[in-house]
Amino acid sequence: MQSTARVFPDNAHRAMGDVNLQASLARFSQGFPVKRRLAIDRLPEFDSLRDAARDIKNHTLENLDFYLERFEEKVTENGGRVHWCADAESARQTVLSICRESGAHTVTKGKSMIGEEIGINEFLEEHSVAPIETDLGEYIIQLRHEPPSHIIAPAIHLSKEQVADSFREHHAEYPADRPLEEPRAMLDEARTVLRRKFLQAEVGITGANMLVAETGSIVLVTNEGNGDLTQTLPQVQIVIASLEKVVPTLEDASTILRLLARSATGQDLSVYTTFTTGPRRPEDLDGPPAFHVLLLDNGRSRMLGNEFREMLRCIRCGACINHCPIYGAIGGHAYGWVYSGPMGAVLIPNLIGVDEAGHLPNASTLCGRCEEVCPMRIPLPRMLRKLRDQQFEKKLSAKPVRWGLAGWAFVARRPALYQMVMQIGVAALAALGRKRGRFRWLPMASGWTGARDLPAPQGFTFQEMWSARGGRRQ
Amino acid sequence: MSAMRPTVGLFVTCLVDTMRPAVGFAAVKLLQDAGCEVVVPAAQTCCGQPAMNSGDRSDAKSLARQVIKAFAQVDYVVAPSGSCAGTIKTHYPELFDDEPEMAAAVADLTERTWELTSFLTTVMKVARVDGRYDGVVTYHDSCSGLRELGVRPQPRALLEGIDGLSVKEMEMRDTCCGFGGMFCVKYPEISGKMVDAKADEVLATGADTLLGGDLGCLLNIAGRLSRRGSRVRVRHVAEVLAGDIEETPPIGAPRS
Ligand code: SF4
Repeated sequence: MQSTARVFPDNAHRAMGDVNLQASLARFSQGFPVKRRLAIDRLPEFDSLRDAARDIKNHTLENLDFYLERFEEKVTENGGRVHWCADAESARQTVLSICRESGAHTVTKGKSMIGEEIGINEFLEEHSVAPIETDLGEYIIQLRHEPPSHIIAPAIHLSKEQVADSFREHHAEYPADRPLEEPRAMLDEARTVLRRKFLQAEVGITGANMLVAETGSIVLVTNEGNGDLTQTLPQVQIVIASLEKVVPTLEDASTILRLLARSATGQDLSVYTTFTTGPRRPEDLDGPPAFHVLLLDNGRSRMLGNEFREMLRCIRCGACINHCPIYGAIGGHAYGWVYSGPMGAVLIPNLIGVDEAGHLPNASTLCGRCEEVCPMRIPLPRMLRKLRDQQFEKKLSAKPVRWGLAGWAFVARRPALYQMVMQIGVAALAALGRKRGRFRWLPMASGWTGARDLPAPQGFTFQEMWSARGGRRQ
Repeated sequence: MSAMRPTVGLFVTCLVDTMRPAVGFAAVKLLQDAGCEVVVPAAQTCCGQPAMNSGDRSDAKSLARQVIKAFAQVDYVVAPSGSCAGTIKTHYPELFDDEPEMAAAVADLTERTWELTSFLTTVMKVARVDGRYDGVVTYHDSCSGLRELGVRPQPRALLEGIDGLSVKEMEMRDTCCGFGGMFCVKYPEISGKMVDAKADEVLATGADTLLGGDLGCLLNIAGRLSRRGSRVRVRHVAEVLAGDIEETPPIGAPRS
């Protein structure tokens, strides 16, 4: 996907003016956090599970090569095949060649953020293979040619009416005047349309929530069961997953599963949690004869070796997004690439470059709510600061900001000078603002006064008053 | 340190120093009433947070060194701000993680550093502050104080002693007001939307007064409230606790 992160402020501006989006965000910001809270209150050991999950992932990342090789061994033993893909291009080519080998024309897809990351749909379309998204939200945005706006709720930015319009436009086989006001009606219609696709597809592509090294299993969590139909009906199954999805054991996977749905949607468990191990065996009733797993690096091994390693613990639950006041104001598309919210603000610069996505780590108040809710205890604000450090070091931050900062720091390092400058400054400002007690507008302060008044200072500094009153200094 | 009268170095904070010295004097009064000897080292300016949050580690470190030095002699360092105290307590160690020779000095400072209300309740064991304030108050928990230092019950406990004051909490009291230091001027539109939502929350409580423990957030919310023509009075919690409300008009209000 082509990034628009560079023009983040424009994206955000547009998003804040989008009435439909704003209505959706207002509904959304109340929903998930409340449900999460309730789910967690029902599980007293939640915080100790977080510690356990963090430790599991830290251990795995410490020994990532070992667990990945073990995973590969197991998959191979079970009759499947692992493909190592260094970057998006090699992943796309691998998927395409598997599709070509199996003569596929139609591919069903479960929701996969890695699929978004490598832009698999556009690529397959260009090569005459039709990908069909089967997660309802993904299906809707595929019809509308939009990227997802949330990692677990891809169509969260849309209203019911917008969805109904898209269905009327694309499902030409149905009478135009059919009632589609109720979500249920839309759901049934999507189901019928998708059922045909499920039966037609030669290849099914899914992501993975986890890869289990000890068994070579993939773990897939959905609420719609579409993942299972995508996995079991076609002749060929392709799983695309990034390297850090691996965990050592089934036990470890269940620890993380206990956190995942609770953090994401406030469910104790998602409706479907499926462990898939290899292709169909002779005694199995169903399942695909061919089973491929693509292990995608695409920047992960670089992160493994730098100060962003902890980000690789992320299980893509979306809790940080659901609790982010910035996301709540602008939604997901404004971030300009596949991911969004705090996890996106850390991941995107790491994956596509801090020069391209430099706004994202800055567009945060570092309020810390994300870290507070992250089930994997990822210090997201600290990572955002580290990205800012990088930008500053590389002199990527805007010149006026750097110069302003340098001037301010020069003065702030010299207390006597600083106190003199401040004394003069606040006296002048107070003289101007004395009558009203606030400014509606000030030169060079429009950033502040655009949205709010600037309360006027009292007119003297604490330091000068303290001296005047003969207060103790030491 | 004398067990009876610890010496507290007041870390005034740059915003209180320049925008609202009354908060500093209120803090001094509260500390003295609690039995502290208060000193204000002259060689202080800013904790360095603006530099740190802009990625300018080297300036942030210089300012941090200045703080370490200025407050080397006192028993405690107390700031009327969760944000500045949080910077010292939680971020100085990170800032110097590549300079092990600084570790001892940093640890020594962080152990002695407190946010005002938590210092009063936890260290000085102040159970109540007597006073009077006629009004219904809602309280904004600033993010750094809340999440880095666990400041939430302390100011509320202290307010319980104030006659005539009742507290009406906001629905979403742990969401950020959109101040975020430089954030509010770098991304004014997003910040504006956030503070507008916070103003909605404040107004929905029906409270006539908004209190908080961080001047940055209070200037932000007061500015938005007054832009919307609201009459809600905004003050730092220390002003109400210290009874300093006659002298100084609420934040952003004209001198009557
Ligand atoms: S960063 Fe944490 S909260 Fe955010 S998606 Fe990842 S695991 Fe979930």
